[in-house]
Amino acid sequence: MKRDAFLPVVGVIGLIAVWYVAVWIKVVDPVLLPSPGATFTALAKGMAGGALAVDFLRTVERTGYAIAIATVFAVPVGIVLGSSERLYRSVEFVIDFFRSTPASALFPLFLVVFGVGDKTKILVGSFAAALGILFNVAYGVMHARKTRLLAARVMGASRLRVLTDVLLLESLPQTFVGLRSGVSIALVIVVVAEMFIGSQDGLGHAVFEAQQLFRMPEMYAAIFAAGALGYGLNLLFLLVEKRFVHWSGK
Amino acid sequence: MSAVAKENAAVPPGTAAVRPGAGDDSIHITIRGLSKKFQDVVIYDNFDLDIPRGKFVSVFGPNGCGKSTLINMIAGLTPIDAGTILFGGKTLKETKIGYVFQNYREALFPWLRSFENIAYPLKLMQVPKAERRAKVERLVEHMGVKIDLARYPYELSGGQMQLVSIMRSLVVDPEVLFLDEPFSALDYEMTLFMREQLQRVFYETRTTMVLVSHDLEEAVYLADRVLLLSRRPARIADYALAPLARPRTDATLSDPQFVQLKGHCLEIFQREVRKS
Repeated sequence: MKRDAFLPVVGVIGLIAVWYVAVWIKVVDPVLLPSPGATFTALAKGMAGGALAVDFLRTVERTGYAIAIATVFAVPVGIVLGSSERLYRSVEFVIDFFRSTPASALFPLFLVVFGVGDKTKILVGSFAAALGILFNVAYGVMHARKTRLLAARVMGASRLRVLTDVLLLESLPQTFVGLRSGVSIALVIVVVAEMFIGSQDGLGHAVFEAQQLFRMPEMYAAIFAAGALGYGLNLLFLLVEKRFVHWSGK
Repeated sequence: MSAVAKENAAVPPGTAAVRPGAGDDSIHITIRGLSKKFQDVVIYDNFDLDIPRGKFVSVFGPNGCGKSTLINMIAGLTPIDAGTILFGGKTLKETKIGYVFQNYREALFPWLRSFENIAYPLKLMQVPKAERRAKVERLVEHMGVKIDLARYPYELSGGQMQLVSIMRSLVVDPEVLFLDEPFSALDYEMTLFMREQLQRVFYETRTTMVLVSHDLEEAVYLADRVLLLSRRPARIADYALAPLARPRTDATLSDPQFVQLKGHCLEIFQREVRKS
């Protein structure tokens, strides 16, 4: 049991080993694939007060705004839509259509409307995240356990009390599913947006600039930083969910 | 229709120790002209029923005849198409009721601790917090329940969850308690234990209770009257009296009077089932 806890480390060690061997026997041009040592040195230097740390924080900030705006919009709308099946059915197609539309296809439109500043990057990210969150919240409300709603009603709960005491909490596990996928999508979109013209910072910018300047260790370092950020955000939401939605899946 | 038996007419000679007036116990719930359709299927058509005060009524009948629908309509969970349902002359809104669902897992609130689940109806009634606490604690002590109520419902066993859910329905001192197949998801050992708990609560509180059961033995064992319904549209096939002494015990199950009554109910049930 205890030894199993180290299992995830095996993959990491394996990957680094393969990487070392690949560099050592030069299967890839050394210019394209720096050694793990050089890469992690660049990562450590960049994150310890270097430019990468600034880029990292800018991306965190934009993604944070994007997910916050998406949540503030999508959760109430999702609850309203979910509480009326007819209402939801009437807008379901529109939601599904735009949920399936790659948000990156909307960059040019958002650029024209909001300009090349932060606003565009954040809002496209919000757009991408919002529909997924909205769908999940509405789904969670619609699929609230019938018995639980009846139980509240038979105990004399008013419509408002049923909403605040039961429906909202019933939809929370599904809401978190939406939030977790939403934050991943928002990060993807924000990083892509940061590669666009007019960007001065952010992880997307860091990757793009390092590539343009052919500074490969820095480029890989920025990629790893972006990966760590994505993983960390997902983990953060999982921990928050576990803490506040303890009944999820039970 | 012969399915509509007169109140005591269908009671077999063995149970006829009943006084002629026994059917006239003070009436608690009066149902008149009740009609209900689901889509085009008529479930109830101009249905009349009296439920006596302070008695235990078991509802038994063929599958899909509308046993649960009946108590759901009385409890206001399913709207009725026509008819009146009064509780000693009062409407449902003016009456405190309790309801125990078959699916305790889905009936309890998993975000509240068991204690808070039991106290929730009091919270809805705006009972102050300290009073809620005291009330739940009194009930727990009275029931002799040994469950850690600081746990969440999903941390309890099935029987414990249903016990919490029964306490939640009792905490408001309901005038009527409805139970929809409350033990059918429990194993046999737990079912027997829960039957005893329920019988004790009934014996001590004399709350009017209406139980839907798919287990004839259970229905008769707990009941003062067994309401046997026909296939839909549901009519009263029989409303047999079960004048067995309380508290009922394992010995009751082999009491000739019990055996005969159960046989009588089974006979009527099978007659109704074959009528399809």
